[in-house]
Parts: sequence; C-alpha cells; structure tokens
Amino acid sequence: MTLAQMQAQFRAWLVEGNDAPMRNVARHAGAGLDVYQNNYRAQLVGCLETSFPQVRKWLGEENFIHAAISHIGRQPPHAWTLDVYGSAFDETLKAVFPDNPDLHELAWIEYAVSDAFVSADASPLSLDGLTDIDWGTARIHLTPSLRSRVATTNAEAIWSALCAEQTLPESEMLAEARGLLVWRVGYATWFKEVDALEHAALLRLQRDASFESLCEWLAVRLGEDEGVEKAGALLASWLNAGLIVGTETMQ
Amino acid sequence: MPASNPRFSGYGLGLRKEHYRDFLETAVPVDFVEVISENFMVDGGQPRHILRQIRERHPVALHGVSMSIGSADGLDAGYLRRLKALVDEIEPLFVSDHLSWSRFGGFNSHDLLPVPYTEEALDVVCTHIQVAQDALGRTLLVENPSSYLVFDDASMTEWEFVARMTQRTGCELLLDVNNIFVSATNHGFDPLEYLEGIPAQRVRQIHLAGHTQGRGLLIDTHDTPVRDEVWALYTHAVSRLGPVATMIERDGDIPPLQHLLDELAIARRTRAAARSTAGATFGNVHALHATEREAA
Repeated sequence: MTLAQMQAQFRAWLVEGNDAPMRNVARHAGAGLDVYQNNYRAQLVGCLETSFPQVRKWLGEENFIHAAISHIGRQPPHAWTLDVYGSAFDETLKAVFPDNPDLHELAWIEYAVSDAFVSADASPLSLDGLTDIDWGTARIHLTPSLRSRVATTNAEAIWSALCAEQTLPESEMLAEARGLLVWRVGYATWFKEVDALEHAALLRLQRDASFESLCEWLAVRLGEDEGVEKAGALLASWLNAGLIVGTETMQ
Repeated sequence: MPASNPRFSGYGLGLRKEHYRDFLETAVPVDFVEVISENFMVDGGQPRHILRQIRERHPVALHGVSMSIGSADGLDAGYLRRLKALVDEIEPLFVSDHLSWSRFGGFNSHDLLPVPYTEEALDVVCTHIQVAQDALGRTLLVENPSSYLVFDDASMTEWEFVARMTQRTGCELLLDVNNIFVSATNHGFDPLEYLEGIPAQRVRQIHLAGHTQGRGLLIDTHDTPVRDEVWALYTHAVSRLGPVATMIERDGDIPPLQHLLDELAIARRTRAAARSTAGATFGNVHALHATEREAA
C-alpha cells in the first residue's frame, strides 16, 4: 500500500468512521484507531466551544454538542489553522436549527469578533489626515478588520446581554433589515448595529473606495443636498469610530 | 543559566495564554520559552503584539503542529510563507515540527497522525524537510510523536527512521522523552534502545510532558505533571546526550506558573544527578526520581 493510499484510508476513518481498510494495515489497530478518532473529534468540538462561547450558552450544552457534531460531519476541516474552522458554523446552524435566524446571526457575530481580533494591523486616520484632500478624486480606505452582514433579528441585543450575563431579551425579527459591523481599533474589537442605508454606504465604500461615487449614490437616494450632507456625516462618524485608515488621491 | 556549551540553550517552558501576564509583568526565571507557531501565524492583532513583547524578554522557540511533513500531498506553500514571515520577525531560537502528517486531499485532521516507517515515507519526509529548510533558510528540528498504532508494512523502527532522516537532511531533533515512553509502552519496545539508536549529536531540544492511562494505551495528554517513569528516562537521556535544552510542555489543566517552574527545577537537578547515576538501571533511576519528586 502506498503512503497516499494509507492516508486516504485514514481520512476515511476519521471523517466517515470507516475503519475496515485501516484495520488491514495496522496491528492492534482497534484501540489505536479509536484514540485518533477521539482526538480528532475532541479537538474540533473544543475548537467550536472556544470559538462560540455565547452560542454555546444560548443553545445549552446538549444542543450545542448536537450542532458541533453535525458541523464536524458536514464540514471536515481543510485549512492549516483551526482559527477558520468556525467560519461556516452559522451555515450548519441554519441547517440544524432552520427556524432560528437570531441564532445564525449570533454565530456570525462571534466568528466575526474572533476573526477581526487577528486581522491585519492598521492605524485609524486622524482628522489631520483629511486636510488638503481633493474630495473629487479621494479614495477612502477602511480598516482591513471590518466585517459586516445584514441583520434581520435582535441578535446584537442578545449577544450583548449574553456577554454581560444579563437577562436575555426575547428573540424578535427587526421591523426592517439593518447592518452589523465588527472591526478592531488597536487591540480592542468594536461591534455596532447600523441602519440599512449606512450599511449599504459602507459596503459601497469598501468596494470602490471612491468618496465621490459614495456622494453620487447617496444623492440618488436622498436628493443632491441631503445626499452630500449625509456622506459628510457618515464620513465623520466612521472617522470617529476608527473605521478609516487611509486616503489617497486617484491619478 | 545555560552552561558554557554554546549548543546548550538552557531550561524553558511552553508559553500558554494562562501565563501571559506572568511573563509580561514579572521576571520569570527561564532561559527560553516555546510557543505554538500557528497561534501567531496571523495577519496581526494582539497575539503578535504579545509575542513581540515576550521576545524582548526571552529567546523564543517556534513549535509547529501543522507542517505535515509526512503528507503524501506535499507541503502547503502558503503555510511555509506565513511561517517564514514569523521566523523573520521573531528570529527564534529553534523552529520545530513533528514527524507526522495531518493533511491529505484537502483535508486537515489537526492531529499528529502516524507515519509508516517505510522507505517511501522516508523519501517523502526527507524531501519535505529539505523543502522546509530551504524555504525557512534554517535547520528544522523534528519531534518524535506519540503513536497509538504500528503499521504492518513498516520496514524499520522509529529510531532507525529518525537516524536516517537526520543523516539525509541535516535536520536536528526535538526529542520528546514522554513520547518515547508512551510509544514504547504502547508498542512494547525498549525506550533505552530508542535512546541508543538516535544520533545524540543531532538532539537540540527535549520536551517533557505528562500522559494519562487510556483503555489499554497510554495517551499523550499534556495535562498532568511529568511522570516518575518519564523523569527516569530523562535521566538516561541527558546521561547519553549531554546538556540539551529542556522544557516542560503543558497544554491542559494548566497549573499556576510556579508549579511548572518547580518541575523545571527537577529537570535542572536531573542534569546534575545524571552525572552520578550513569550506568544505573532504568528501575534504579525510576526509584531515585520517586524520591526526588516527593522532596520537591
């Protein structure tokens, strides 16, 4: 048997629990294979427990283990780092608990917070950095730590209450969709819920970096004067929040 | 402090989150610390910041768990690039990983899976060590893992495999004495024969850790103090190898730092005791260490 064949069989044992081929290549394989199987699953369950402490608290131990085992079956790890193993846990939760969108959003928040924690470093821009800018050609760079998604539930309130160990609010759908933002300033991670317009504006700026384009987009929605005014207000707000880390002028 | 032998780097501890504050705010009496490389192969943020601060105070060894040098799939170039960037920044005392595999066909087990000791596996492992050493621009230390099964088509012992691996690649060894004990117990070989079979001059670092008794097998759990049997084997190891950088590795049920420093003190004293017990039997050394631990 080649090394590749053995490793394919070992993978089948770990992922699918099919040990028949492996028992033909290793003496005393029974107890030993069980050790590796246990190590594999315990490591992944432990990773999810560490990555999603608030989801675990919210679900309760039995439901969380059920979801973790389901995730291990659906998503065998592929990356060299366990940091990303929880990246699709919200998708597993959608499959296991399809009627709990607050839970899916809660899982997204927890993963985004830990993802932002080790994102690339960038210093927030100060007000001084915005002097002498040609706003017609300015490109605005947002922090590489920014993660965002659409919010449809009060997961933000639930997450905050879980972290503070306060009484949990009843789960509910929002009257209209909003945006969830997670980012890092220095070594502190920040989290904020914003309205749909600000979320869309931020996504637009993250995509093309053009302040003029942002002004035009807002002008279409709010009218010329109010659009430009809104762009200025959002820029000031993002600057204060440490979301903006650089500017440049397009040639 | 390290002895005058320039290849001896003294006594250290594996650095874990629970002890960050101790290491950042007090003068911890260790000669080096070892960190898990992958925990710091990140884009940025607080982990790298803490490691830079620690590095200002202590030499740092980078110990990896995901290089997967035994994988039939080859090495992950992206992984090596990230490790190289960390090495360039930290300028570590040692860079090490395991004689094992974890990755195959887009799957990564995140466990140290066993390599069959065959000619084919030796070729694969040696090729990967050479690729890694070229990419990193330095010598790699390779650690013997604990194992829980033996492959029927193995054509050599683990120590024969290790000896040929070092000869072919110029790599050095991170000898985990607990892992030798665990594997020897699980598979019924003589741990002293293992120590005799490896090239002593290639051993640059030693790991000491605890294990637990599983169902019919010893398990390398790193969640207990070093066992007396392992201390006894360590005495034999330092008798044969001379002064080698030694550290305590603890990954579970992490005790207060002082407990680990007390264990490290046993390692320091063992070095001295090893000179006087050269020639003792394994059983006699075991008995000596039971007394030593009671005294500690």
